[in-house]
Amino acid sequence: MEQLIQQVASGLANGAIYACVALALVMIFVSTSHINFAQGEMAMFSTYLSWQLIQWGVGYWPAFVIAVLVSFVGGVLIERTILRPLHTAPILSVVVVFIGLLAVFNSVAGTIWSYLIKEYPSPFPKEALDLAGLIGAHQVGVVIVTLVVLSALYVFFRYTPLGLAMRAAAQNPVSARLAGVRVDSMLALGWGLAAAVGAVAGMMVAHIVYLEPNMMGGILLYAFAGALLGGITNPGGAVLGGFMVGVLENLVAFFGNVIEKQTGVYIIGNGEKLTVALIIVICVLTLKPSGLFGRVVVTRV
Amino acid sequence: MTTASPADTAAHESVATPVSTSVTSGASDRWAWGLVAVGIIIPLLGYVVPDIVSDYRLFLMSTMMIYAIAVLGLNLLTGFNGQISLGHGAFYGVGAYTAAILMDKVGMPYWTLLPIVAVVCFVIGFLFGLPALRLEGIYLALATFALALAVPQMLKYRWLEDLTGGVQGIVLLKPEPPFGLPLSEDQWLYYYCLIVMVILYWAAANLLRGRSGRAMMAIRDHSMAASTMGIDVARYKTITFGISAAYTGVAGALSASAIAFVAPDSFGFFLSISLLIGLVVGGVASLAGSVIGGIFTVLVQNSSQSLSNFVKSDLGLPFDLSPYSVYGILLIVLMYVMPTGIAGGVAIAWRRLRR
Amino acid sequence: MSVTRRSFVGGISASATVLASGSSLAKGKYDFGASDTEIKIGHTNPYSGPASAYGVIGKAIEAYWKAVNDQGGINGRKITFISRDDGYSPPKMVEVVRQLVEQEKVLCLFNTLGTPTNTAIHKYMNARKVPHLFLATGASKWGKPKEFPWTMGWQPDYHTEGVIFARHILANVKDPKIAVLMQNDDYGKDYYEGFREGLGKSVDQIVKHVTYEVTDPTVDSQIIQLKDSGANAFFNITTPKFAAQAIRKAADIGWKPAHYLNNVSASVAAVMKPAGFENGQGIITAQYLKDPTDKQWDNADDMKTWRAWMAKYNPGGNTADGFNIFGYAVAYTMHKTLEQCGDDLTRANVMKQAANLKKLNVPLLLPGITVNTSPTDFYPIQSVSLQRFKGETWELFGDVMSNEGA
Repeated sequence: MEQLIQQVASGLANGAIYACVALALVMIFVSTSHINFAQGEMAMFSTYLSWQLIQWGVGYWPAFVIAVLVSFVGGVLIERTILRPLHTAPILSVVVVFIGLLAVFNSVAGTIWSYLIKEYPSPFPKEALDLAGLIGAHQVGVVIVTLVVLSALYVFFRYTPLGLAMRAAAQNPVSARLAGVRVDSMLALGWGLAAAVGAVAGMMVAHIVYLEPNMMGGILLYAFAGALLGGITNPGGAVLGGFMVGVLENLVAFFGNVIEKQTGVYIIGNGEKLTVALIIVICVLTLKPSGLFGRVVVTRV
Repeated sequence: MTTASPADTAAHESVATPVSTSVTSGASDRWAWGLVAVGIIIPLLGYVVPDIVSDYRLFLMSTMMIYAIAVLGLNLLTGFNGQISLGHGAFYGVGAYTAAILMDKVGMPYWTLLPIVAVVCFVIGFLFGLPALRLEGIYLALATFALALAVPQMLKYRWLEDLTGGVQGIVLLKPEPPFGLPLSEDQWLYYYCLIVMVILYWAAANLLRGRSGRAMMAIRDHSMAASTMGIDVARYKTITFGISAAYTGVAGALSASAIAFVAPDSFGFFLSISLLIGLVVGGVASLAGSVIGGIFTVLVQNSSQSLSNFVKSDLGLPFDLSPYSVYGILLIVLMYVMPTGIAGGVAIAWRRLRR
Repeated sequence: MSVTRRSFVGGISASATVLASGSSLAKGKYDFGASDTEIKIGHTNPYSGPASAYGVIGKAIEAYWKAVNDQGGINGRKITFISRDDGYSPPKMVEVVRQLVEQEKVLCLFNTLGTPTNTAIHKYMNARKVPHLFLATGASKWGKPKEFPWTMGWQPDYHTEGVIFARHILANVKDPKIAVLMQNDDYGKDYYEGFREGLGKSVDQIVKHVTYEVTDPTVDSQIIQLKDSGANAFFNITTPKFAAQAIRKAADIGWKPAHYLNNVSASVAAVMKPAGFENGQGIITAQYLKDPTDKQWDNADDMKTWRAWMAKYNPGGNTADGFNIFGYAVAYTMHKTLEQCGDDLTRANVMKQAANLKKLNVPLLLPGITVNTSPTDFYPIQSVSLQRFKGETWELFGDVMSNEGA
């Protein structure tokens, strides 16, 4: 029983990471309908920037804010310079560009900061948040930060004119343009926001998995799965999906262990937990194609 | 070829009526057969200029042909039928392992394997295509992504280890020339790949020209309209998935013979990405593009390393540009210049020149 | 007419004589890839893709040869070092190695990295009879001179290290219940098999064995499973990132087994510091190289030489990265082998000399560890020292553990 609780807690902690990255994926998806495969590497790069600032003697929170702002600007610039000219290009070409970006960010970070893993500090006080040793202080902090970012985005999209304009531009670009929304700027804004949210995610993740150029490699898949499971059009759903994937994966390993203990036969273990978790996610998606909490899109012919 | 037979039965008219279509595309047909003739001659040049047509270069060309087949498989699914796959490396791996196990454990000769591999991969692709019917766009991307990750895991699965050799993989023998033909191993491998490639491309071209090909593309362009016109969308989509997997699996089987070794590390996610890049850079929905994509897949890594050295030593940049960055930049620039791939880009340039 | 023909024929035979005498007049005996002025060495490393962290080794080795060439080369011959990108992919490896052997015609292949990648070219190198030397992998299959007389490893093999840990546990942990965490690939497997062999009859003492994949974000879930098994000894077969995670997670959930860490992760800067020094006290590992981030070596001569070399020839390299130590030491071994070849730079002689290294003192190896090979012993380094983490450094204890001659 103790193990079960610990596994769920650890799954939630991992889920918080996935949720954070999933949120960044959703930002780009709602504004451009693309899944940005370079999202993880961009977040990693932002995290290195903040790490460098901290090394130079900047405090954690100032470095955090600077990294988020720089990432926002960087995201806007990438959209403007690299993706704008590909406006009319087929979706697969855009995917290839994302892969190109991934390679560039990954190797440039490796060249500048080397591939050695680095410690990344946690801003959360250890004593205040410790839940009976079940889940670390940092993990609790990550959950809180994720929820804060989520609420901020909710407020932004729901109640600010800019947020409304962004949603309009994403849902119906033609009408939005007629209504005076600058659709192009909205796309760039979406990228900026995604990069900023990604930076937050990266800085939360880095303390847990350690900072290195490949740190987001595996996480992106989990985030992708989480975002789709929850519903890629719904930030709240994506966050929930991220948590679910985290817990699901640990439960698969846990029940694999229980089965092995009870029957003595090895069926599934750690090697297969990701595969099984993904199969479950995909099964859910075949039953609910727009995710558990996603908006059902009705196609007009 | 067994690979094409399920589709042929699905639309046998297509194979029966190539005459009318070949008239319209006679010029490109002549080009293609001309290239095949050149392909047949190349190894023979080795006797005249052994330094230029070396065994190594023939081997390199064989790997290009193998990738060209794999990319063609992906193209049938993604380019012509509109189903995105980020996980074709999985079918490539299954094909390679099927061949390796049949050679290593069953002791079958390599040249009997391809039909079996094609059938196995067709069945797996077909079965995967069933749930894929309910998934589109990014959801299908996730499912195939997951497949690409799952296959190397499965190869290491504890209960399959006796069969797959687990993490150690299986070491194989290289195919030897049959009937005592006076060819080197690499020359024979080259011809073997060439024969398979020509058959598979010919079959694909016929498939696409015919009724089922038109149905596939109609589904891609507008699946609802296609179904109103009486096309059995589900059947076409799943069968296309199967054929696509069979093509890529055959390529994998050829690579197992060429490399004479299979291991889970050979079929990681990066392979799937390489195939996708080959597809897009070569040209989506273009047969010639698939060949270009195959060549690109093999060449790009070598060239990005030399480019990186060039940038470092000849341009004298103050910073180190690693081959991986060069690779990334190359992809971005290519998509910039030719968003529709090399085949598309060349076609556009050609049209402009002719005007 | 006849005159011209004779002169033509004569011309050919004359040039043939020149060619023949050219080789007999030369200083030494050569195969492909070597001449009076040059020795060509082939090398591959993953410079692209997810494994590009290893590319550091290739850069270090390249810098090493640059330093050698600046000092006049080896017996007056400059080293031409050709390093290609294999992307850690076996098919790619076959392709680039064939290019090195058949197009570039290198004298030998040196320090190619990875077990699956080297397995893909193992047969080929031996069929071609090209030296395949000092591989960057610790699998035990590279030391079989009978079946594969052209292939030789370098570092202590994982298998032996596993045996050493197993024996240490049996001798020092009372009533051991052992938990194992391993990376699910050939590297992990090799360690694990050696470990099981070392346990012998006590193999049932392994109460829990779990694996992780390199794509897993964390190994937290695995550590929880291991703790739950009630084990009091822990063999940790992980690469640096996961090793650091495992050490920290074990401390976080209050699991305090006798902790054995594989050599792959025996780094202060890359593992112990990120994991937190307080969490790593008492961890035991095996080592054969000096850790550049371990303060106890700061005044060692070879470490000083290495730092000076890093500053001059590899300024972009990170001095905390153990791969730079590895590259330097393995290149030194190759350097001495070629020096020993003298003017007989045939492939056969390179192999013969590689199998004839007697108590070679390689810089940066731990005190008491030397390189030894013979025609029947293709394992250059077979000794490790056990060390325990204390304070902020590793503390060597006990004798050098050797499998030499076994």
